[in-house]
Amino acid sequence: MQAAAPALALDQITVTFVSQNEARYTAIRGTTLVVRPGEFVSVVGPTGCGKSTLLNIAAGLLAPSAGGVRVFGEALQGLNRKAGYLFQTEALLPWRTALDNVVVGLEFRGAPRADALAQGEAWLARVGLRGHGRRYPHQLSGGMRRRVALAQTLILDPQIILMDEPFSALDIQTRQLMENELLELWSADRKSVVFITHDLEEAISLSDRVVVLSAGPASHPIGEYEIDLPRPRDVAEIRLTPRFIDLHTRIWRTMKEEVLKGYEQQKNQ
Amino acid sequence: MSSRRTSKSLRTWQVLLLAALFAFWHVATHPTLIPPLYFDNPHKAAFFFGQPLEVLARIWDWFSSGSIYEHLGVTLMETALAFIIGTASGLAVGLWLALSPTAASLLDPYIKAVNSMPRVILAPIFGVWFGLGMASKVALGVTLVFFIVFFNVYQGVREVSPTVLANARMLGASDRQLLRHVYVPSAMSWVFASLHNSVGLAFVGAVVGEYLGSSRGVGYLILQAEGTFDINSVFAGILVLTLFALLLDWAVTLVEKRLMVWQPRGGETERI
Repeated sequence: MQAAAPALALDQITVTFVSQNEARYTAIRGTTLVVRPGEFVSVVGPTGCGKSTLLNIAAGLLAPSAGGVRVFGEALQGLNRKAGYLFQTEALLPWRTALDNVVVGLEFRGAPRADALAQGEAWLARVGLRGHGRRYPHQLSGGMRRRVALAQTLILDPQIILMDEPFSALDIQTRQLMENELLELWSADRKSVVFITHDLEEAISLSDRVVVLSAGPASHPIGEYEIDLPRPRDVAEIRLTPRFIDLHTRIWRTMKEEVLKGYEQQKNQ
Repeated sequence: MSSRRTSKSLRTWQVLLLAALFAFWHVATHPTLIPPLYFDNPHKAAFFFGQPLEVLARIWDWFSSGSIYEHLGVTLMETALAFIIGTASGLAVGLWLALSPTAASLLDPYIKAVNSMPRVILAPIFGVWFGLGMASKVALGVTLVFFIVFFNVYQGVREVSPTVLANARMLGASDRQLLRHVYVPSAMSWVFASLHNSVGLAFVGAVVGEYLGSSRGVGYLILQAEGTFDINSVFAGILVLTLFALLLDWAVTLVEKRLMVWQPRGGETERI
């Protein structure tokens, strides 16, 4: 593997939004983020710090005001075709069954129907939804819909997986189950992952590295921490180990001030 | 269990109410059953309001002799054509305008103007343009249906969730695939929501068109009867139209149930 070409490199990214009345809002300023092949990186920060914006830049859904994005060494033009995106909110097509949702990406690529369906069934089984393929999204629970979305993204075998608080809408038990499943899927076939969350515990228990963003506007990374916890991990159990608590304390010390700042700003709006 | 019993007794009451209405109609218009309440002549009530037994006899006569089928067929054919053409054109124009904002903002005032115009007044012009045959009625129905479908499609495309759209793009959808797999299904759900309205208006277009000038159709039957002060036939025509409007509405509900399985319905549970 080439050590020189990171899977994803955001270089000095600045994003400024201009609203209709010419008001400018700089969400992100001068942010650099490098993700190595096969690395699991979490980005944490207070609410409204531009985490999702950063992910949209990496996905190519949003063009940066300044700075550049490189994907495996190549400058990104338009959508990032090497990346899969797991959205924070509902993104399934409501008029398609779970199985049809899982195979939709293959369908877009022109894969033969029978082939796609066979792969879709296999993926549904992998995310624990065997036999639920004929149901429509509204007939599934929140956790099940998340699994369908996960299968929908992973079936295309993306080299980079972008996740925007994918489990934030789930209850804590379902969430820990899903986190463990995610780790299992990920360790079977290591891809680069950028995982956005506001939950520091989730970030530490899943990641190889945690990046802390400052409160917005003009947010930028203020700390990077290597997470040297052994793998495979159980997200529920690892939270109780001394090393985890130590890391958590150190990162929280950096984050706390920003969280308070973000909270103050939201209150004064 | 109890809800089934309630709905059964509700059905009974609905039928009884209908029977009561007909009984009242019969008693109030019969020349000898009760003394005249309002009119000086006991036959005047029957002249203005018809008599239910006569009306039902007329309907029976129409169906048993088969003379109504030609007229009914024409009216229903006009309704179907107006519905199909209006829906197809509304869908096409709605998609086009929703996906090209420049054209939409250019045409916006004209669309508003045409939509707020009472379009039934176009009927005489259509009569001149397309003659007294089916074409002028279909044209009137199309103008009525088109706008309903058009506005719903327009709304449907704009209401597509940005996340669903971004997700489809990230999964590799081309522009054409976005149209086919995201925009059109989303628009169709809005079109189906307006199906009852548009079928109803297609029917209105056909009947009003016939009423204003034609040589066949249920609207024509009513016009003829009115010309000879045959009130019983007018009421018979109205009842037949109502019955078929109800049948059309029921057919739409069936189609809707089949095509909209993916939409959540309130409290969707089943008792075992």
